[in-house]
Amino acid sequence: MSPAPRLPHRVVVVGHGMVGHHLLTRLRDGLAGADPATRARLDVTVLAEEHRPAYDRVGLSSYLAGRSEADMTMVEEGFFDAPADPDDSEDVAHRFALHLATPAVALDRTARTVTDATGALHPYDTLVLATGSSVFVPPVPGHDAPGTFVYRTLDDLDAIAAYARGRRSGAVVGGGLLGLEAAEALQRLGLEPHVVQLSDRLMPLQLDEGGAGMLRRHVEQLGMTVHLDASTTRVRTGPDGSVAGLDLADGRRVDVDLVVFSPGIRPRDELARASGLDVGGRGGVVVDDACRTSDPDVYAVGECALAQGQVWGLVAPGYAMAAVVAEQVLARVDTARPAPTATFTGADMSTTLKLTGIPVASVADCHGRTPGALELVWNDPTARVYKKVVVDEVTGAVLGAVLVGDAEAYPTLKALAASAGTLPGTAEQVLFPRAGDGPVVAGPAGLPDAAVVCSCLDVTKGSICAAVHDGARDVAAVKGCTRAGTGCGSCVPMIAALVTSTLDTMGVEVDRSLCEHFALTRRELYDLVRLSGHTTFTQVVTAHGTGRGCDICKPTVANILATLAPAHVLDGENAALQDTNDHVMANMQKNGTYSVVPRMPGGEVTPAGLIVIGEVARDFGLYTKLTGGQRIDMFGARLDQLPAIWRRLVDAGFESGHAYGKSLRTVKSCVGTDWCRYGVQDSTGLAVALEERYRGLRSPHKLKSGVSGCARECAEARSKDFGIIATELGWNLYVGGNGGMRPRHAELLVKDVSTEDLVRYVDRYLMFYVRTADRLQRTSTWVESLVDPDSGLSGVDYLHHVVVEDALGIGAELEADMARHVDSYADEWAATLDDPEKLRRFSSFVNAPETPDPSVRFTLERGQIRPATDVEVAAGRSRPGVALPMPEVVTR
Amino acid sequence: MSTLDEVLVGGVPAQVVDPGRPWLAVCRVDDLAPERGAAALVDGEQVALFRLLDGSVRAVGNLDPFSGVQVLARGIVGTRDGSPMVASPLYKQHFDLATGRCLEQPGTRVPVHEVRVVDGTVLLRLGEVARDG
Repeated sequence: MSPAPRLPHRVVVVGHGMVGHHLLTRLRDGLAGADPATRARLDVTVLAEEHRPAYDRVGLSSYLAGRSEADMTMVEEGFFDAPADPDDSEDVAHRFALHLATPAVALDRTARTVTDATGALHPYDTLVLATGSSVFVPPVPGHDAPGTFVYRTLDDLDAIAAYARGRRSGAVVGGGLLGLEAAEALQRLGLEPHVVQLSDRLMPLQLDEGGAGMLRRHVEQLGMTVHLDASTTRVRTGPDGSVAGLDLADGRRVDVDLVVFSPGIRPRDELARASGLDVGGRGGVVVDDACRTSDPDVYAVGECALAQGQVWGLVAPGYAMAAVVAEQVLARVDTARPAPTATFTGADMSTTLKLTGIPVASVADCHGRTPGALELVWNDPTARVYKKVVVDEVTGAVLGAVLVGDAEAYPTLKALAASAGTLPGTAEQVLFPRAGDGPVVAGPAGLPDAAVVCSCLDVTKGSICAAVHDGARDVAAVKGCTRAGTGCGSCVPMIAALVTSTLDTMGVEVDRSLCEHFALTRRELYDLVRLSGHTTFTQVVTAHGTGRGCDICKPTVANILATLAPAHVLDGENAALQDTNDHVMANMQKNGTYSVVPRMPGGEVTPAGLIVIGEVARDFGLYTKLTGGQRIDMFGARLDQLPAIWRRLVDAGFESGHAYGKSLRTVKSCVGTDWCRYGVQDSTGLAVALEERYRGLRSPHKLKSGVSGCARECAEARSKDFGIIATELGWNLYVGGNGGMRPRHAELLVKDVSTEDLVRYVDRYLMFYVRTADRLQRTSTWVESLVDPDSGLSGVDYLHHVVVEDALGIGAELEADMARHVDSYADEWAATLDDPEKLRRFSSFVNAPETPDPSVRFTLERGQIRPATDVEVAAGRSRPGVALPMPEVVTR
Repeated sequence: MSTLDEVLVGGVPAQVVDPGRPWLAVCRVDDLAPERGAAALVDGEQVALFRLLDGSVRAVGNLDPFSGVQVLARGIVGTRDGSPMVASPLYKQHFDLATGRCLEQPGTRVPVHEVRVVDGTVLLRLGEVARDG
């Protein structure tokens, strides 16, 4: 083994799509354990044609459904950052340089250089072509008229969306997977969609005749017009030269304002062709099993490659090729590595259609072309369900499947086909897992270990179960260590089922008990309290628990009771349950003093209100700071000062801001149509109304919201538990967002709804969260944890099922629960000031109520107080709080 | 009651009284909320008093040893394996009310003070750290 040579190994990657970026992550991960000198040898230059880094092109249609560009990126933050200090040998890392909007234009294989569009030369030791494909546009007259588009990039979508404004109808030429997704995109943009398909059925590559027929019925039900056997001969143009319709070969005419071409793809092989590399007769750079082209220093991956004699138009085979090439490159960089063995010899072409509300899936040999294949078919036109399983006549092994209308069995069948597994039990039990009373043998537990559960990242059932055995106890942990489920995400319900079944077989009882006093989850406890109608902790702990509770279960019970039996948080014995902050309705800070936050709905405050806050802060010597939620926080109040401070605030019309509670904090807003030149709805008005509706609602964790008056999103609504963004037509509602420790963008739950519908959906969403989340579980992790084995839905899809479609039939109940909260709301601080019994807890000392706590000391900094340090106290450089005589609190 | 200096209380058997550490009357038991704490200033020292559900009263030092702040009286009272405890309101360590031991870090403890309730008056004797529990 010779020491690693010091010369860098220069890799040029042409193209930065999903596959190109997957190659980069494989390279990075492959060197993670290598020594710094070896890591420093890898020098990667990426030439990207688009002006944005790799994004989720598979999920392109979700962009028009409201998903943001930032949310779609495939690139982790910091991925392309330069190493911290290139001169420090300890810190030297491999280098990835990304050149956006800089396509490669020439390849000189003799000089081993690539020329980019700016004329710059990039020398390489290894070149990887990851140029992808382009849309084939038939060269019919009018194919390039204004109003014609392709459906390939985010820029394409922006252009389509801009042109669609004010127009009525659009046609998609091509009825395959992408064509149908494009048609749905047109429908989202408010256009009446037409699908113009050359062959006699939709999705002919993935579906048989029966499945395609059923899909057509679903698609027409959605309001799309389907034209089959339709050969486009001309794009007809109007007087201004822009699109007016399509003429078909048999004389039919389709009148539309816009045309999107999506009849098929063409590999982007121009560079390879011009430089003399072997290309296929119908395009595609010819590669061998190691994805090497006819030049051993040049590789090709993804849709530009012709591997095993075919172009693979899906992301999973592209990822598989990228993994093969990564091994080849790593072996060149790190001579100590064993020779690469991975090859690409074909891939699973199973896929699903991403159309809202139409489950469609195709698995492996869906056409039954394998010799000896038998087809088991179920066709129920009344329920619009078609299912077919292709099995081997002799062995019974699953070869393929077609599922339309109900694709629940897709992960199981796909995994079986990928591992040549036989059906666990009968075909009926796989296709209809809930039919009959017999034991269900289908499902993940019956799969062989070699079954590929996540085909995007090529993770088997065996590796997932091994991860669980090694300590991963939930989906998030399994994702973290195997990366399964981090691609398209369709296998997440399957992973969840595997985690549960594996833990079962390990005999691990997942202890979800709240604490030693309750062997119940918060959700179970909530249901029990709801059904039994208990109103005190004593009743609850006597009926369902043991002992006298603790700092875990007491606040949880208090929180549940606050929703189910609304009363003042300091009423009766329940006052003793309240957590540190709720107990005195203020936020304890590090020195035992409190901060005070009055509510300012929507961030609105009058000048008079501001003056009162200023006077209160001045008179009590409090430190003031603006919060991130558009209100004012006053710090440094002693326990005994809180009532007097609130007497002043309540008298000026302020209410509790519940900054101390597991409850609604703020609904942040922009100024919307009232003031802003760009606002399209009254975002401030809505924010105020929402804040006043949900104020005081006790929930498993704090809740934050925001309302933006237009797509510029100045209120940062998508970082909130529920965020609302105005559209021309109404409001888009996003859920499950979070800032803080684990940032997460909120996901679109429903779009373009009226204010009335919006409030109904938020009511249901919040109440469903209050009912079912774990203690201290924010909505972001709650949404991620939602998995429903019955419907096969997870996350925000399942939430849509429950909240918008009301599939569980609990919508009215959730709304009634919320109505009860809204009706019973009263300001906690005003009620406390009116009750001498409640005011007793605000004494400094039970035996010396007039003596302020002498241990509280402050120091001045930048003109305001802050807690003094021990050193400052010892050195005599501190002072007590404001020495004003405390005004007596007058109860009215 | 602003000065508590030498309020010696009758009715206490002389033989248990440590002559150097007098029993001091602090408050009425009704001044304390059941299963919640209150701070008291006893001979210049801050004490956290807790009234349990059975009417008995426990007292430990108010100073939370982890934060160095006088806050233990403001913690939630409950039980751990059946024994009464308080959770610090700042960083949530638990202290056994009988022994003063921190349940997470048994080497750390807070002072425990002897308490009796006589005729509804809470009497306290400072500085008695209980035996190992």
